[in-house]
Amino acid sequence: MRQRSLIALTAALAAGALTLTACGSRDSGDEGSGKDGGGTVVIGVDVPLTGDLSAMGLGIKNSADLAAKNANKRNFVKGVTFTTEALDDQAQPSAGQQNASRFVSEKEVLGVVGPLNSSVAESMQKVLDDAGLVQVSPANTGPSLSQGPNWQTKKERQYKAYFRTATTDAIQGPFAAQYVFNTAKKKKVFVIDDKKTYGSGLASTFTQEFKKLGGQVVGTEHINPDTKDFSAVATKVKNSGAEVVYYGGEYPQAGPLSKQIKASGAKIPLVGGDGVKDDTYMKLAGAESTGDLTTSVGAPVEDLPSAEQFVSDYKAAGYKEGYSAYGGYAYDSAWAIIEAVKKVVEANGGELPSDARKKVTEAMQSVSFDGVTGKVSFDQYGDATNKQLTVYAVKNGAWVPVKSGTYTG
Amino acid sequence: MNELPQQLVNGLLLGAMYGLVAIGYTMVYGIVQLINFAHGEIFMTGAFGALTVWLWLPGGTTMWIALPLMIVGAVIVAVAIAVGAERFAYRPLRTAPRLAPLITAIGLSLALQQAVWAWYPEAKSARTFPQISGGPFDIGSVTIQTGDVFLVAAAPLSMAVLGYFVLKTRTGRGMQATAQDPDTAKLMGVNTDRIIVIAFALGAAFAAVGAVAYGLKYGEINFRMGFILGLKAFTAAVLGGIGNIYGAMIGGVVLGVAETLATAYIADIPGMDKFGSQSWADVWAFVLLILVLLFRPQGLLGERVADRA
Repeated sequence: MRQRSLIALTAALAAGALTLTACGSRDSGDEGSGKDGGGTVVIGVDVPLTGDLSAMGLGIKNSADLAAKNANKRNFVKGVTFTTEALDDQAQPSAGQQNASRFVSEKEVLGVVGPLNSSVAESMQKVLDDAGLVQVSPANTGPSLSQGPNWQTKKERQYKAYFRTATTDAIQGPFAAQYVFNTAKKKKVFVIDDKKTYGSGLASTFTQEFKKLGGQVVGTEHINPDTKDFSAVATKVKNSGAEVVYYGGEYPQAGPLSKQIKASGAKIPLVGGDGVKDDTYMKLAGAESTGDLTTSVGAPVEDLPSAEQFVSDYKAAGYKEGYSAYGGYAYDSAWAIIEAVKKVVEANGGELPSDARKKVTEAMQSVSFDGVTGKVSFDQYGDATNKQLTVYAVKNGAWVPVKSGTYTG
Repeated sequence: MNELPQQLVNGLLLGAMYGLVAIGYTMVYGIVQLINFAHGEIFMTGAFGALTVWLWLPGGTTMWIALPLMIVGAVIVAVAIAVGAERFAYRPLRTAPRLAPLITAIGLSLALQQAVWAWYPEAKSARTFPQISGGPFDIGSVTIQTGDVFLVAAAPLSMAVLGYFVLKTRTGRGMQATAQDPDTAKLMGVNTDRIIVIAFALGAAFAAVGAVAYGLKYGEINFRMGFILGLKAFTAAVLGGIGNIYGAMIGGVVLGVAETLATAYIADIPGMDKFGSQSWADVWAFVLLILVLLFRPQGLLGERVADRA
């Protein structure tokens, strides 16, 4: 009996270890948060700084940091110095929630940029909203975050403190479907997702529009994002006769998935959403990924005249990592907080009021400025009014924009 | 087109990799009754050892030269870490209650992950692994990737070497004796400390070969790759009958094939379409494990041993 109970115990311990790794390392930089807020405003940043999605997370962290530095350099809000404090959520909802509580407890934090993942946002929203602490995500595209779980039939704002500069999957999925069906002329699709808030939401909005246009879904699959072996799925895709694969999820799985699908003998493109658009994708997917497509929010940062300054500033600041898919949006998110703080300070005779958090959240609703990604302002749900999207294709190992536009239902 | 042969091959390849890692669990358990939960991370450090060798080699080195060197690098790193772990983390606890080394193993597993994350350059996200060039092979309706050819060759070869070692050499017989009864083996003049170190080292060497296979198969490695794979390999070891080295390989293959077939076919069973996707494959693998343990508690190849008092 001893042997068997040992095995049972081991299984329980393994489960415990899993939980432990989920809430592992965190920066220990909260020294100095005790000192009085003599004109210092901290912008909290919550993104994955480690793990598979860290390339995107670090791009967001650096871009928000750049916004704070620029605001200080230009003395944009008189008497206020901005700093950022980045916490690692490891793309885990539980870690995101802990970080949210920590931001709430530090009274100098007047706004939070992030998170990257919609599933993490779900766990953070209530904590921040209860404290009246404003949150601006540069990357969440799950529609329910702002418009409620029944967003397809009855839109209802969830949290007053939640805003985002990225557009939603209610637009992104159909936009991709129209491109695949009308422009790329693919009629048979195999739809795969990772069951997470972002991935499954995107896959379902894509599927709806694709069917409406007259396309055929020849198969569906859900994958487990913890594994790397997709050979069984790849074989199914090959035998389904699909002309294209749509994947709702992120690049750490999309890359290997694309590679294994091509290796199985199905020479068909994989189409993804903004979660796929990172340079790491090509590294993981290999040379065969040429022709794979993705949609991403906004117009390409490199092509926007408004972004030239951002791109050159980012280079000059000497960050080790690239700004990735959401750099421009992260800069705009941080800048929206800075604009809101400016409004509040100016309305209060040049000083931060005692209820600064509440005032900043209120001010956010009417923020409007020309940002890196174009005009930045928010609608009645807290969503970006800028609904532009772009299709990118892999060419010579890089994402090349092929079509920009806005979705019109 | 009939996809069954292809799916079976997919499962066999996945299973062979589980099996290579499972050998380490099974040997260590067989000799010291310790479930070495850090074994998955030893596998992971092996992969980084191979990558390091590749990065040291001058650019443009062909895989014919690079691959053997990478295997050597992987084995050296994995064995060094396993032997170090045995010496400093497990040996001081050998007479302690069994729970103590088990918890140390879990701690060591987390520590190794974090160490690679912190000190290996750019290991914070996935690193690409060199690939064998050349297209896939078609055998009938089955396609085998170039990267998998290594696995096809390495798994049976490793088993043959191990089988020879355990059954035919003096040290191997010493291992069998220690596994049966360490105290008596000691009285008979077997250096049990040395045998235990060899068990750790051998297990790590096979994990290192598995790690190179993983890199070639998936084209990338990362600091967290060891955890899930280690858990699967442990499952394979239990499935095959923990303590039995052939059982580890059989258990790995059964597990790999079961996962693959679950992904491919369960959705086709009427009423089961919700439970057939790849995200359910792990669930079915564990259902299988539980069924086997219910009807054959010692595992597929395990011997029924009387519990020691």
